[in-house]
Amino acid sequence: MLDTTREIEVPEGVELSLAVAGLVSRSLAFMIDLMVRWAVLAAVASIIGYLGTFGGGLFLITVFVVEWFYPVLFEVFNHGQTIGKKSMGIMVINDDGTPIDWSSSIVRNLLRFADFLPAFFGFGVLSMLINKDFKRLGDLAAGTLVVHKRKLNQPELKFEEEGIAPKIPLTLAEQSAIISFAERSSLMSESRANELASYLRPWVDQDQTKPNVDNTALSIKRLAKWLRGHQ
Amino acid sequence: MRQEEFEERYSEQWKNFETQINLVEAIKLNKSKGENKLTDFADNYRHLCYCLALARERHYSPLLINRLEALAFRGHQSFYQKRLGIFQNIFHFILHGFPRAVREQARFFWTATGLFYLPLIVVFLLTLVFPDLIYMIVDPQMVSTMESMYDPAAERFGTERSSDSDFYMFGHYIKNNIGIAFQTFAGGILLTLGSQFFLLFNGFLFGAIAGHIHNIGYNETFFSFVIGHGAFELTGIVISGAAGLMLGWAVLSPGVYTRKQALVNAGRAAIQLVYGAIFLLLIAAFVEAFWSSTRMVSAETKYWVGSAFWLIVVCYFTFLGRPRSVKKSGSKYGS
Repeated sequence: MLDTTREIEVPEGVELSLAVAGLVSRSLAFMIDLMVRWAVLAAVASIIGYLGTFGGGLFLITVFVVEWFYPVLFEVFNHGQTIGKKSMGIMVINDDGTPIDWSSSIVRNLLRFADFLPAFFGFGVLSMLINKDFKRLGDLAAGTLVVHKRKLNQPELKFEEEGIAPKIPLTLAEQSAIISFAERSSLMSESRANELASYLRPWVDQDQTKPNVDNTALSIKRLAKWLRGHQ
Repeated sequence: MRQEEFEERYSEQWKNFETQINLVEAIKLNKSKGENKLTDFADNYRHLCYCLALARERHYSPLLINRLEALAFRGHQSFYQKRLGIFQNIFHFILHGFPRAVREQARFFWTATGLFYLPLIVVFLLTLVFPDLIYMIVDPQMVSTMESMYDPAAERFGTERSSDSDFYMFGHYIKNNIGIAFQTFAGGILLTLGSQFFLLFNGFLFGAIAGHIHNIGYNETFFSFVIGHGAFELTGIVISGAAGLMLGWAVLSPGVYTRKQALVNAGRAAIQLVYGAIFLLLIAAFVEAFWSSTRMVSAETKYWVGSAFWLIVVCYFTFLGRPRSVKKSGSKYGS
C-alpha cells in the first residue's frame, strides 16, 4: 500500500482505503475557489452597485459571508466539495469517514486564518508537510481529512478474444499486476509486450500448441480480461 | 464460490443498494421525496460490507473490490452522517447551551477577560496621567479622526444620519468586528499566542482611546456611544478569545489525551463559544448601527439603556441554562 493511503475501519468491520490529497491538488483547489469567490463578489458588486449606500452595506455583508462561509456552505451542502475541490476531484470528510458537519467545517475554515500566518499560508504548509495525512492546522483542530474522490473509470481492454480463467487462484497483488500489464500493453509495441510477458511464459503457456508463435502477452491480456470482469 | 457466481448472485442487491444511496444523496438536497423506499437501507449496507469482506478474503478481482469499496464508502457516508439540525437548535442553544458553555469554560473566559480588561484599565489610567501616551499607541492620524468623530461641537451642526448609511455601517461592523473575533479565535491555535495578542492589543487600543477622550473632555459623546453596543461587542470578543485560548491550551497541555485528540476535543467545545460570539456580535452590530449612533435620544437615556444592556448580558450568563431546580416534595421521600 502507498503511504498516502489512509485506512478507515467502519463499524461494519470492513476497512475503507482512502487516498489522502496532497499539497498540490489542495493548493490548486484553493486557487480555483479564490477566483470563484472574486467572481461572485464582482458580480454582486455590479448588481447592488445601483442601490447606493444601502447596497454598500449589503455588499460588506456579502464580502463577510463569502470570505468566511463560502467553503463552509459548499462543504456541508455539496458532499464535502467546494467548486475548486470538485474540479480537482477531492473532498473533505471527517476523520472517521463520515460526511463533514457544520461544526467541523466551521472550525477548519475559521482556522484558515491561523494557517495563513505568518505569511502566504506558512503555518498551514508547514503543518501539511509534517503531518502524514497532509493536514493543515484547521484540519487538525476540526478532525477532518481531505481525500481524493474514488474514480471508477477503468480503461477498456480492446481486443476480440474471450477472457480465460486462471487455472490457479491468484492473490490480489498478482491479479493487479496482470490487469495493469494488460492496461499498459496498449501503450507499447507488441514485441516489447511479449518480451515483458515472457517472464511468465512457463506459467501461462504450459500447453502451448504452436511453440514458434509468441502470444504470451495475448494470453495474459485474456487472463486480465477475465479477471477484470469477463465482459 | 467463483467470482462469476458471486457477482451473479448479489449484483441485483448491489444495484438496489446503489439506487438507495442515490436517493439518500438526493434527499439531502431535497427533503420532500421518497424516504419510505429506504426501510431496509441498514440491512443492505451491512450486507454490502459483508460482500466486500468476502470478496477481499477470496481474492476476487480488484475491479470488483474497487466497486464494492466505492459503494461501501458512499453507504458509510450516507448512513453515518450527522444530523444537520443546527438551525432548529439555534433557539435552544441561545437560551440554554451558550450560557452553559461559557460557564463550563469559566477558566478560559476569566483568563480572556483579564487579558482584555486589565491592559484596558491600566492603559486608561496611564493615559490620564501621561496624556502623550496616546500617540505612542495609536497612530496620530487616527487620533485626529477620533477627535473629530466625537467632538461634541460637531453634533450641533451634524444632521441625522439616513437609515441607508445606518445600514452601511451595520454591514461594516459585521465584516470588521466579526472578522476580528474570528481572527482572535483562530490565532489561538498557535499555542494561545494569537488570541493573547488580539485581546491585549484591543485592550491597549481601547484603553488609550478612552483615556484620551477623557483628557480632551469629549466624555459624553464617546461614552454614551460605546456603552450600548459595548456590552455585546466586548463580551463577544472576549468569548472568542476564550475559545482561541482553549485550542492553544489543548496543544500545550493535552492531559490524558494525545495532543491531536485533545485539539479535536477542544475544537468541538470551542466552536460552541464561537457560535455564541457570532450571536453577540450580530446584536452588537445592530445596536451600534441603529441605536448607538442615533442623535434623537439624549446621552442620559443612552447611559441608562446601555447599563441595562450590560445588566442583561451579566444576567444572561449568570442565570440562563441552569438545570431546573427540582422541587423537593415530601411525598416522594415518603414512598
